[in-house]
Amino acid sequence: MSDSSTLQRSGVDFRPYLEVARKIGGGIVMLILTFIGLTAITFIIGRIMPNDPVVAIVGDRASKEVYEAMYLQLGLDKPIWQQYLIFIGDILRGDFGSSVMTGQPVLEDIKRFFPATLELATIATIAGIVIGVPAGVLAAVRQGTLIDHIVRIVGLLGHSIPIFWLGMVALLVFYAKLDWVAGPGRIDFFYDGIVEPVTGVIMIDAAMAGEWDVFKNALSHAILPASMLAIYSLAYIARMTRSFMLDQLNQEYVLTARVKGLREGTVIWYHAFRNVLVQLITIIGLTYASLLEGSVLTETVFAWPGIGQYITNSLFNADMNAVIGGTLVVGISFVFINMLSDLLYRIVDPRAK
Amino acid sequence: MIVKFTTPLKSLSLAAMLATTAAFPAIAETPADTFVIARNTADAITLDPAECFEFTGGRIVANLYERLFLFEPDNLTKLVGGIAESYEFSDDGKKITVKLRPGLTFHSGNPITAADVAYSLGRAVKLDKTPAFIIKQIGWTPENVDEAVVAVDDTTVEINILADMSPALVLNLLSAGVASIVDMKEVQKHEVDGDMGYAWLKDHSAGSGPYKLKTWKANEVVMLDAFDDYRQGKPAMNRVVIRHVAEPSAQRLLLEKGDVDAAMELTADQLKGLSGNSDVSAESYPKGYLMYLATNMDHPVLSKPEVREALKYMVDYDGMVGSFLDGQYKIHQNFWPSGMWAAATDTPYNQNLEKAKALIADAGLDADTKITIDTLNKSPFTEVAQSVQASLKELGIDSEIILSDGATLWPKYRARKHELIVARWGPDYSDPHSNADAFAHNPNNDFEAKLTGKLTWRNAWPADGLTELTDQAAAESDPEVREEIYAKLQKMVQEDSPFTIMFQAIGTFGQRANVEGFVNGVTSDQAYYKTVTK
Repeated sequence: MSDSSTLQRSGVDFRPYLEVARKIGGGIVMLILTFIGLTAITFIIGRIMPNDPVVAIVGDRASKEVYEAMYLQLGLDKPIWQQYLIFIGDILRGDFGSSVMTGQPVLEDIKRFFPATLELATIATIAGIVIGVPAGVLAAVRQGTLIDHIVRIVGLLGHSIPIFWLGMVALLVFYAKLDWVAGPGRIDFFYDGIVEPVTGVIMIDAAMAGEWDVFKNALSHAILPASMLAIYSLAYIARMTRSFMLDQLNQEYVLTARVKGLREGTVIWYHAFRNVLVQLITIIGLTYASLLEGSVLTETVFAWPGIGQYITNSLFNADMNAVIGGTLVVGISFVFINMLSDLLYRIVDPRAK
Repeated sequence: MIVKFTTPLKSLSLAAMLATTAAFPAIAETPADTFVIARNTADAITLDPAECFEFTGGRIVANLYERLFLFEPDNLTKLVGGIAESYEFSDDGKKITVKLRPGLTFHSGNPITAADVAYSLGRAVKLDKTPAFIIKQIGWTPENVDEAVVAVDDTTVEINILADMSPALVLNLLSAGVASIVDMKEVQKHEVDGDMGYAWLKDHSAGSGPYKLKTWKANEVVMLDAFDDYRQGKPAMNRVVIRHVAEPSAQRLLLEKGDVDAAMELTADQLKGLSGNSDVSAESYPKGYLMYLATNMDHPVLSKPEVREALKYMVDYDGMVGSFLDGQYKIHQNFWPSGMWAAATDTPYNQNLEKAKALIADAGLDADTKITIDTLNKSPFTEVAQSVQASLKELGIDSEIILSDGATLWPKYRARKHELIVARWGPDYSDPHSNADAFAHNPNNDFEAKLTGKLTWRNAWPADGLTELTDQAAAESDPEVREEIYAKLQKMVQEDSPFTIMFQAIGTFGQRANVEGFVNGVTSDQAYYKTVTK
């Protein structure tokens, strides 16, 4: 007598719930495996980098005694597997060590820099979806027309124009000449520190505190850099939407639907687009995740204190704790967004249920 | 000998009172009482004076802390008392007795006492971070420093010199950032596991300088607040904000727009571009880096005195400064950078190819002699090497340029494997001994001696006579006599050495036209926000 039959006899069919639980369990196992792989790779990279972690901390003029004390303190005398276990243990306790560069615990730094990136990436992705998806659909439906050409050209430009150049020009025009938006930086310094950081995303924090001056200033600073990233993401999303849609529009079921006399809008959005959604979610998820890595160039041009600049500067300073911490966070957000995409598939794709 | 420093008047407080506290202005202009600087602060890793040895951090530390002795912005070559009121050398020159100015306080309100001085210097030596070597030269070690620097009473400190070094040189060493005086009580309050406040001071301040640290968000912003009870009066600028802006073009936009008062990393081209805007001005100050051409004395032909002299007449100084070095370097032909005490500024050498040709006529250099020029694979080293190569060609000598990155070039240089090299040297602290030690001192020229920190040794030059003179200058206690010896040493190196010192770096920045009194000197210890007015 199996468990399921017992459950069935009680009058309620638990099997779908068990199925869901099994999937969630599987997801968690996958997450753990991914995490182990991620930590192993970052750990190995941290160890094979040709710079001396001790020198990075104590400086190259340090005496032998100071050097050796730090060597022991970092546990570099222990066997490599033991170092890895210590490393994992520290991470599980949320201890990524301290950054040589900022003197702060890496976790504190990430809490400060990651929301700045999250802010831009989220705005950019939303803009990418809101503008890019309809543009892509439109281009596919009107294939070969002027609209299609415009979307394709914008798609190409968004992908090929160097972002630092575009950013500089945008600053010159909209900040220096027209004075429509605020300049480089995340917030004007006289608004700095007014709002207590809760989420770390200044706009949300300001809105929660009802400090609308701060909100406006932060928004004014975010518009240009977010637009730069949005151009990148919408160009990609529009191009992909167009090609997915073209695929679907050539399918027989679309022809059938049209022959049946369905309205064109229904054919496009209800039939064809729904089949594109799954692929589109993957693309959007990947775009969002790659924006969450932070864009070093955009962050540099706009003096934006994001995670991309943080990881890059850490690399230049051989600040391995910060590099590993930053990389892990980026990796985890990738995994997380992948899971989120998986979840969305199940909602939009009946076969995945 | 007793030297007494006068106390400057508290003249700045009125300006500070007049300065309005305009908050949240809508226009793109910085508040009248706030000085905003755009700068690439990525190099800042600590604000602990015992550890800080970076450009950005050094400049901030110089405004948070005071030293016993320091240079004031009105005369950057004259060492004066900081928190020291007077000093006295013992007859044997082995002890300095320092009297502190009375009535001074730290930011915390704690009085500045001799115990703070002893603690601060001891702390720097015991922590033994990168810049500690500057004061460890005095013969101090973590073990002996507590006996070497002693608080006699509340306002008297006894400083014992344990190395063969003049007390005058020690005064200069004590003007370095690493010798900043920290607030012992405040630091001890934040001590963790006997770390002497190391973890805490990294991003906090406990000093007596014109400014105290309000916030430091790495790679984002540093904010300093004026110290009300600063010994020279509260500075005019209530707040100094240093914004991290890595991209020079963004710095320029912010400056022209008026969102910042000064932009520190504008390129030469960008500074030229500012000339059309009357709201901003291009400023420059001398930096400590010297660009030189050096000859390996192990080379049979290049080491001949007439060849080395020919090199000095061969270099196209004006041509380089007039073209690719414009705005970045100026001609300087002595081993101690101008803008520093005892620096000689004469530039006797101009390009004179006829004279150079005549000099090498009998040296055995001919078309078959092929020489190599090593340098860094980055601008402007590459261009300077190319200019040297072109000049050599005019003398009928073929040469080959070898470009390497630092990781390759410096070990090669330290192993004496170069022939000619174009390189750069900067002083570690504000005393000519710092460079004399590199350019004019070589107690043992044997390869096995491995004195790789000295440029003389790297170029296999025994520096006969100069070595003794350098030691003598370091041990001399009369500043005037020292100055004379350094003048002589500089002349000797200029006239006959493996070094053709060519250029000194210039720091450039842009500032708003209404900014006055923003003084920058050769070292990071010489950046002054306290004199800024708008």
